[in-house]
This record gives sequence, C-alpha cells and structure tokens, in this order.
Amino acid sequence: MTGTFVGMPAFPSAAREALGDTQLRHNLAHATATIRAKRLQVVEEVENWEELRLAGAAVKDRALRGLDEQLVQLEEALVARGATVHWARDAAEANQIVIDVARAHAVDEIVKVKSMVTQEIGLNEALEAVGIAAWETDLAELIVQLGGDLPSHILVPAIHRNRAEIREIFARRMGEVGHPAPTDLTDEPAVLASAARVHLREKFLRATMAVSGANFAVAETGTLVVVESEGNGRMCLTLPEVLVSIVGIEKVVPTWAELDPLLRLLPRSSTGERMNPYTSMWTGVTPGDGPQEVHVVLLDNGRTRALADDVGRQALRCIRCSACLNVCPVYERVGGHAYGSVYPGPIGAILNPLLADDTAVGDPQRRQLDSLPYASTLCGACFEACPVRIDIPEVLVHLRSRVVDGHREDRLPKPEAVAFRSAGWAFADGRRLGRLERLSGLAGRVLGRRRTTLGRLPGPGAGWTDARDLPLPPRESFRAWWRRTNGTLGEEDGR
Amino acid sequence: MRVALMVTCVNDAMFPDTGAAVVRLLRRLGVDVEFPQAQTCCGQPMVNTGYLDEAVPAVRSFVRAFEGYDAVVTPSGSCAGSVRHQHGLVARRSGDAGLEQSVAETSPRTYELTEFLVDVLGVTDVGAYFPHRVTYHPTCHSLRMLGVGDRPRQLLEAVRGLRLVDLPRAEECCGFGGTFALKNSDTSVAMGADKARHVRETGAEVLVAGDNSCLMHVGGLLSRGRSGVRVMHLAEILASTETSA
Repeated sequence: MTGTFVGMPAFPSAAREALGDTQLRHNLAHATATIRAKRLQVVEEVENWEELRLAGAAVKDRALRGLDEQLVQLEEALVARGATVHWARDAAEANQIVIDVARAHAVDEIVKVKSMVTQEIGLNEALEAVGIAAWETDLAELIVQLGGDLPSHILVPAIHRNRAEIREIFARRMGEVGHPAPTDLTDEPAVLASAARVHLREKFLRATMAVSGANFAVAETGTLVVVESEGNGRMCLTLPEVLVSIVGIEKVVPTWAELDPLLRLLPRSSTGERMNPYTSMWTGVTPGDGPQEVHVVLLDNGRTRALADDVGRQALRCIRCSACLNVCPVYERVGGHAYGSVYPGPIGAILNPLLADDTAVGDPQRRQLDSLPYASTLCGACFEACPVRIDIPEVLVHLRSRVVDGHREDRLPKPEAVAFRSAGWAFADGRRLGRLERLSGLAGRVLGRRRTTLGRLPGPGAGWTDARDLPLPPRESFRAWWRRTNGTLGEEDGR
Repeated sequence: MRVALMVTCVNDAMFPDTGAAVVRLLRRLGVDVEFPQAQTCCGQPMVNTGYLDEAVPAVRSFVRAFEGYDAVVTPSGSCAGSVRHQHGLVARRSGDAGLEQSVAETSPRTYELTEFLVDVLGVTDVGAYFPHRVTYHPTCHSLRMLGVGDRPRQLLEAVRGLRLVDLPRAEECCGFGGTFALKNSDTSVAMGADKARHVRETGAEVLVAGDNSCLMHVGGLLSRGRSGVRVMHLAEILASTETSA
C-alpha cells in the first residue's frame, strides 16, 4: 500500500507529537464536537435507525459474499453502456492505467473529485512524476493540496486547519498554481469560499479529463454513484470529455434498490445532514451528454486479502462516512496524521493492517502497522456510531492477536510477551495468585508506613506514574481477608 | 439461589474494600454470597492485548471456580463484559470443546453488580446512606458492551443524603483502556486529563464508577493534581449506611 506515509513513526510516538500541538487540539475538539452534535440530532430523528443499520450491513455483506459474480455483472453492465473497464491488482497498476489514458489524450492536467481511493494509491504523486498536474477540487482537499499538507480526516481532510490558517494558505499559494486569491482576502468563510470558487472555476472550464472515485457501484445496472456536498464533483463528472473512475472492488452494491438504505445512512452519519446536496449517478456513456469516454478501474489493492480474513472482512462494509473518527476520543486528541495513512481513526486502525501486504512491507512500516490496532481504548463508541455495524473493537482485538501471533516464533520474546505468559501461569490457579498477592501485600505494608500512593516508578511503570499517582497495594488482598474471616466479619472488620 | 462473587484480579490485589463492600451489601439484601477461592482473573488483560493463548488458563480457572452457581456477581462492567463477550472466543481458540460448553453455561449467568441488583434482585433502593455530592462516570464496557443503561443512576438516586450531579461528556472514555494506559500513555493521560477537568467542573466531592481500573486512572490524575476529589467504587457507596458512612 502506498497510502501509508513513508517514514511515519509508530502510533504512540506520532500521537505524542500531535498531542503537543495545542492549536491542533483546539481545532479538532471544536470540529469533532460540532459534527458529533449534528450527527446525533439527525440520527435520533430516524425512528428505525437500528433497522436501517442492519439493512445497510446486510446489503454490503450480500455484495461481499458474492463479490466474484457481482464484479463480473458490474463489468458486463458497464461495457454494455459504453464504458471501458480495467482491472488493477494494486496501486501501481491503477496509476498506470490513469497515466495511459491521460497520455492517449495528450493531457497534462486533470481535475479530481474528492476521493479516498486515489489518495490510497498515491495517484497525484504518480501523475506528478510523469508531468501531469492533478487539481483537487473539493474545498478541503484544495486547502490540503495548496498547503503541501496531508489529509487528516476522511470527510473533512483539512479539519486540523482553522480559517486563519486557510486564509494564509490561499493568499500565499493560489497565485502560484492558477487564479490568485483576491488581495483583500479575509478569513470570513464566505470570502474564502468565494476565492476557492473563482480559482476552481478556471480549472473546471479548462480541463478535458477528470478522475473520480465512487461511493457505490451498482452491479445490476453499471451505475456509479458519487455523493458530495459542494457540487464541485458534479462539475468534474459532467464538464470534461474523458472521465476515469477508480473504484475499490468493495464498493459494489448488487441492485439499484439496495442503494436505498446506504444513501439514507451515509449523509446522516457523515455530514450530519438528512440528505447530501449532490448525488451524481452515471451509467457508462450518454451520447451528447457529459463525458464521451468513460473508464472504470476496478481496484483490489489488498481488498481480497481483507476479504479472506474471517473477522476482519466486515471492515469492507465501510462506506467512508467517518462517523467513527468523529466519536473517537483518541482521534479527537491526536488527529489523523498520527495514524500514518489516508484512512485515520478507528476505521484506519483496522483497515490499514488488513489491506497491507505482509510480504511487501519493511520493518519500519511493519512496526507502524502493528501499532495501529493498539491505538484504541476499545471504548466501543465507533461500533455504536458505525452505520453499517462494523464491530471495530472486535476487529481491533483480532488484529492485536495477529500481531502477537506473528511474534510467537521470535527467538528473543518481548518483555510484554514474557509478562503475559507469566500472568497466564499465575491465573491458571487461585493458589498461585494468592501467593503472589502475599508478596504485594508485604510491599504494601513496608511502603505504607510512610505514604499512601506510589511516587514515580522506573521502567515500564513510569508510563503510568509520570502523570498519575498509583495507590499502594493494600496490606491484605481480598482473598486473604476472606480466608481469615470467611467474609463473615464485614461490619465488625470496619470494611 | 447460589450466588458467587467474582471479585476480579484488580479488586482482589488492589481494592479489597470494594469486594468487602459487595459482600456487605448483598448480605444486607439477604443474599448469602460465596467466594470461590479457585477464581483468578477473567483473562481480559491478555485478550485485549492480543495474547489469546495466554488467556486460556484464566478462562479455565473461571469456569472451574464458578460452575454450578446460579449467578456470578462482579463489581466490574469491564470484567463482566469480558466474561460474556470474550470467553467464547478464547474457548474456541483453545480447541477444547468441553471448555466451550462450560463457557456457554457460565457466561450468561455472570452479572455486573448493578444488573444483579436491579434485574435479578429487583431492587433499586438498597437502603444506603451517603451524604455527599457525587458525580457518576459510566464506564465504557458497562455502558456499551453490557448496556447497563440507567441502572447505576437508579441505584444512586435512591441513596439517602446523596446529591448526584451530572458529569459533562460523561459517556466519553476516560482513556484507561487496559494496556493502552501504558502503550499509549501520552494519549491516555490526555484523555484522562479532560475527564478529570470535567469531574472538577461538577464541584463533586466524589467521583463514582463501576470499574476500579478506570477509577485508578482518573483517580491517579485527580490525586496527582491535588484536586481534592476522591474516587469510590459504586459498591462502596451502596454498602454505606448511617452507622458505617
């Protein structure tokens, strides 16, 4: 996967750095709280929300169970309607297909609909390497692109920026790549949006080729669906002559009718709207209307690997709404960059390890990927918010066991592994545990003469005591108390 | 009805007063609770860190200790959640069909304390007295894994003398998360610091919850910050009476 940023440290270190950025903390807390409140309001007004979630999950499961047949049906329907279908095993193949189409039309710039999959495969960088400019047209993606930055959220990729920072980016960068920002640019949202509109309009009118992803692909009809808020996607999908859409193979929905629950679940979970402003649907080529050359790239890039994982495959139900990010207390504090991928937050913590090709990643990336399933307290807020009922905590625990099992043959086991093996031994027998507790009680009696809490501990214990007091172990464990008193002296014992 | 106390390893070794409070509370309510000495740990620390094989002995000792009881009561939402939602997984991993069968019998009979009080015993007023200003943090596993809902609230509201004040953003995780507290200590502390701030905003004297592990984390921050707020397990408040409070 090229979507994981090269050289990214493992999650705990990346998170530590992000936690120190007070502006980021403030921006994120404000933005996620706003989206959370909006989502809650529009979800609570749907009487049968739980039924809708079950229906959405069932549709995606049905598509995934028969994926081989669904994809062939999708291809046939697309070809019948004049589209060219390409199959890409990985990022490199998908990028090459886009480059070949661009070269066939001697195009040196394209406009892009906001799409996660093109970020996952590093399309912009691949195009840039061969001298083709890719212009992001989604407002937030534009901010990220102009800022030379990386997206930090699935839905609102510039969530880590506030409007003062955006004004500065527009003023400095727009002129270098196209229509400049007005000289009297302020940080008023309407003024910033207007500057983006003028800047982008010029690109829409000039471009002859566009690249998109797709939210859904209907196998029955060959229809692709893009859901968006700004209408800039609609511009890309209708104005240029040539359109290439890169579609992850898990985006298939068997029938037109089965779009129903998904199109109701997505906007409420995502932007907190009852309905999104723009839903674009197109089926191959429509003569005389819109792009006259339509390509669809069906991309695997690890999806069949994820599908082969019994527990993990539910992650492929994901409709990229980002509700799990907005409710995640870890994400809210560290932001998206700490996850080292275009898929951040709880869904990224499971999707990235599931998609990754274990045979192709080097040690630093392995460590980064192995740290992701641990980037969660397993609080369950993500599962509760997920519109397609992905049990993210369940998958996280499963992926943790995959990490541990991957190290079972290590010649030198990690201290943690030794500790848990010992714990397993102690927990096999109540008497063993009782003996260990007597030792801890002894420590409690010795230390307890002078204080009530433990101060700073050395070694791994420092992770706790650097910021938190730790109570002293009691002089007597519960077990020992019960044996001494048979539990009958509760009142008299002063407990 | 034969009722067993599953005290949990954390309470056994670190917070024996919580176990004693459950015993006192249940006896007051006429339940002769037993403490099977064979019990150790529910296995959650291992499972949640990815050490499934290492959790098998804990699950074995759990079923050995608690087989044959009509109800197993535990003062921990997290451990009850582990027993009900993870023991099956561990048993399957062990490849031991007998263990799977035993787990299928013991898991559904395991109750978090407030579930046992409200659902099994059918009481919300346990005759407690605790004249303090208290705020309640619903721990994640009790809230989202078990779905204890407002049972703890019902119990607290019936305590004489107790003034319950709302905790802002109560349902947000405190940041403990088991080994997360060590593996990602910076993030854990950042989350806990926000929780501690919300607790202080309530002006409560006592922060109460149904899991001592979460309270050890938030309490550790409150204590280090010299906040003057103490943490208490729900069982200890419910066990308090005029003569003992």
